Amino acid sequence: MKIYFELNGKPQYVGVGPGESLLSLLRRVGMKSVKEGCGTGECGACTVLVEGRPVRSCIFFAPKVQGKRVTTLEGLGTLDNPHPLQLAFVEAGPVQCGFCTPGMILTSYALLERNPNPTADEVREYLVGNLCRCTGYKKIIDAVLLAAEWKREGRW
Amino acid sequence: MVIKLGRPIEVVGKNVLKVDGIPLATGQPKFTMDMDIPGALIGKLLYSPHAHAEIVSIDTSEAEKVPGVVCILHYGNVPRVPYTTAGQGWPEPSPYDTVLFDKKVRYVGDRVAAVAAETEEAALEALRKIKVEYKILPAVFSIDEVLAPGAPIIHDEPDAQGIYDAKRNIAAAVDVPVGDLEQGFAESDVLVEATCEVPYVQHAALEPHCVAVYFDEDGRLVIRSSTQVPFHVRRIVSRVLGIPIHRIRVIKPRIGGGFGSKQEVILEPIAAALALRTGRPVVMNLSREEVFVSTRTRHPYRVRVKLGAKKDGTLHALEMEALASAGAYGPHSGTVLYNVGSKSLPLYNKARHLRFHGKAVYTNLPVAGAYRGYGATQGFFALEVAMDELAEKLGMDPVELRLENHIRAGETSPIFEKLGEGREGKPQIVRSCALAECIKIGAERIGWYEKRKAPRREGSWFYGVGMSCAMQGSGITGVDMAAATIMMNEDGSFRLLVGATDLGTGSDTVLAQIAAEVLAVPVEKIVVYSSDTDFTPFDKGAYASSTTYVSGNAVLQAAEKVKEQILLVASKILGEPVENLSLEREKVVSLRTGKEVPYWEIGHRAFYVTEQQHLMASASFTCPESPPPFAAFFCEVGVDTETGVVKVEKFVAVADCGQPIHPKLAEGQLEGAVVQGIGHVLFEEMLFSERGSCVNRTFFDYRVPTSPDVPEIEAILVPSVEPTGPFGAKSIAEVGINGPLPAISNAIYHAVGVRLTRAPFTPERVLQALKARAK
Repeated sequence: MKIYFELNGKPQYVGVGPGESLLSLLRRVGMKSVKEGCGTGECGACTVLVEGRPVRSCIFFAPKVQGKRVTTLEGLGTLDNPHPLQLAFVEAGPVQCGFCTPGMILTSYALLERNPNPTADEVREYLVGNLCRCTGYKKIIDAVLLAAEWKREGRW
Repeated sequence: MVIKLGRPIEVVGKNVLKVDGIPLATGQPKFTMDMDIPGALIGKLLYSPHAHAEIVSIDTSEAEKVPGVVCILHYGNVPRVPYTTAGQGWPEPSPYDTVLFDKKVRYVGDRVAAVAAETEEAALEALRKIKVEYKILPAVFSIDEVLAPGAPIIHDEPDAQGIYDAKRNIAAAVDVPVGDLEQGFAESDVLVEATCEVPYVQHAALEPHCVAVYFDEDGRLVIRSSTQVPFHVRRIVSRVLGIPIHRIRVIKPRIGGGFGSKQEVILEPIAAALALRTGRPVVMNLSREEVFVSTRTRHPYRVRVKLGAKKDGTLHALEMEALASAGAYGPHSGTVLYNVGSKSLPLYNKARHLRFHGKAVYTNLPVAGAYRGYGATQGFFALEVAMDELAEKLGMDPVELRLENHIRAGETSPIFEKLGEGREGKPQIVRSCALAECIKIGAERIGWYEKRKAPRREGSWFYGVGMSCAMQGSGITGVDMAAATIMMNEDGSFRLLVGATDLGTGSDTVLAQIAAEVLAVPVEKIVVYSSDTDFTPFDKGAYASSTTYVSGNAVLQAAEKVKEQILLVASKILGEPVENLSLEREKVVSLRTGKEVPYWEIGHRAFYVTEQQHLMASASFTCPESPPPFAAFFCEVGVDTETGVVKVEKFVAVADCGQPIHPKLAEGQLEGAVVQGIGHVLFEEMLFSERGSCVNRTFFDYRVPTSPDVPEIEAILVPSVEPTGPFGAKSIAEVGINGPLPAISNAIYHAVGVRLTRAPFTPERVLQALKARAK
């Protein structure tokens, strides 16, 4: 079957296999930022935004995005023009191996859209579903709080 | 090496942007699996369901009929070449006890066959249709069972090499005495003993093991792999498959974490064998479950430490006995065993009588391998719990006991010479050590003296503080070698080519900073290209906390050579002797006349006009010594005496890594290592059924710390100057993981008076310990 959805602001009309996950579909159409760390919805590396809400694309059936807006990290900013949240992640130092980073940034984006002034504990709680084995999370929390500050200053 | 720049340091010691930061934060396709390879087959593995069995027969006829199946490999159709999966320097100190596929399986998860098919579905269907008849053999799962008489022999194959005693299932053994231990204990006023156990735990790097193998336009084999050791992969694949090294290229793109698990050459020879047999590209990407069951783990250890001390607190005699389960094969079994002692015992060099002895034994459980800390984690758990016990018995503050006994700059330990990497080591003097300051700062940050005196209590919650110390090394003495090449571009920028392997640690950035500092350019003017066996010089790879120190020294020396070449050209342009000239901000400046010439002019002239020479140089660095980083750890924990729940309230890690090249990255290493260590303390343990099958194979069942699990963490760097390190630097990647097990155990003891000596400290175990004490 073919489905239609909006991927990072652009229309997509694409065939999906029976039972195909959104993760598989997105990687197939070139969105390689969507990472598979477990395939069972436990690590959060495959997080993307569907209608602005974070979902684990590895356990999300692709046909469910029919008619919906999907955002991957590629849709947030580019190499030449990174989003301030992406810059905050580079600035504050939580990008070590970078494998959890796409899911972390998109989950944080969803948080800051809802709550531009979170406490450190609120950030910690919101990111509970995104595992990171490199950083110990401290600098990830720092990055989200820094981005929140920039958002309140009107930088995005 | 301390170098004279003749100007202030500008790049080293600064938190420059990580060179791969923006690409990673914008999701560029930089990982192994991010490259689409047209026509690639999918490789999948069939694993043993039995812990110990002989394969009587294997029938692939039905599997071969599955549409899309191209190739099936098993013991019957591949060459038998014993090797070790340990990605170590040659000759590897680990036993050659592994072959591609064997007629015998030795643990649940051992590989039986590999399938390459057009689709994943076809490959999985073929796996289901391979018929294997097994003759089940008795299996052994614990160290005690293995060492008991009559235990089944796990490695009875005649062609294995380098096993310490195959008939007794001993992969590796060590017994090193210094002085006279019994006399030492007899002369001691106080004796204590502690035995601590670390179970099977796993690295849990977020990116599973994966590899893509294809042929270039000249028919050479290209292996794009998530590996920490590209050069060792090339050498081992060459030997196992019988193809010359020059026909193989290994590329390490960005890798999603390793922590030692990717210092193992697991998938590469199999994917390469499938590719060679089919003439097609092959991709293998393990599922999380496969990573848990079939890759590598930390070595489970039982370590017993006995200490003898004089009344004044001076350590006099020290015995450490270490027993490990190596699992079904022995990669790193001997070297991790040696490191249990070699990386922990030198910390307390006042003890004159020592003995370090132990064994790593085969069991029918998953294969242990390298894991951050590499034995030191297990050694320090027992050593630092014993030190806490000793302090109590002496009526001394644990802080004072450490301060009195720890090694200092200018001192040595006989252990450096006695214990190396699976063999004797080399004598070494500690040239830099800021541990005393680390201890003092840590004690202050946790509020040690007040909290020690007056422990808090709220209802059923009891609070306590504990501490521990640790060290590690910086590379492997006399073994590790790294090389670097630096080439100037004519616009005055540079290319830095290093075999060094950035596995997320930021080593590409750190090495670029070292080159940039010597060459007086911003980091943006250094284009780093790393970890490609065709285009970068050799490097042993990312392990043993070596990259900043060993690879960093190679970069420093290469940069010095390029600097000399730049100065020679500039001297001709400016008509002044080299001694008058200095490199400053992309120019060469005369210190005498103030005349200057920019790099771009030097580059253009050297390339095209006068010298007609590419300004470039290479350097190799071997590691004559391995300067230890030191760290002190302090924590405050709460223990709920009703439920047994342990909550770490605050954790302070203070480390001396010499001069940090990039403080933020160094802090990140310390924080990350501490949190992995806290995971070991609170949750992590691979559990096995009575048939030896790992039962917690997902992140749901095998819990690693999540963001809300992490306490307040303070990571503090206390700089020393390591005279042999690049710009005074030592390592930082591993030392942090050695602290949490003993520090938290000691804090629990302070809080509730019971010693937790078996990780993880689950509520059940805490309650059991509390009940046992009440009796």
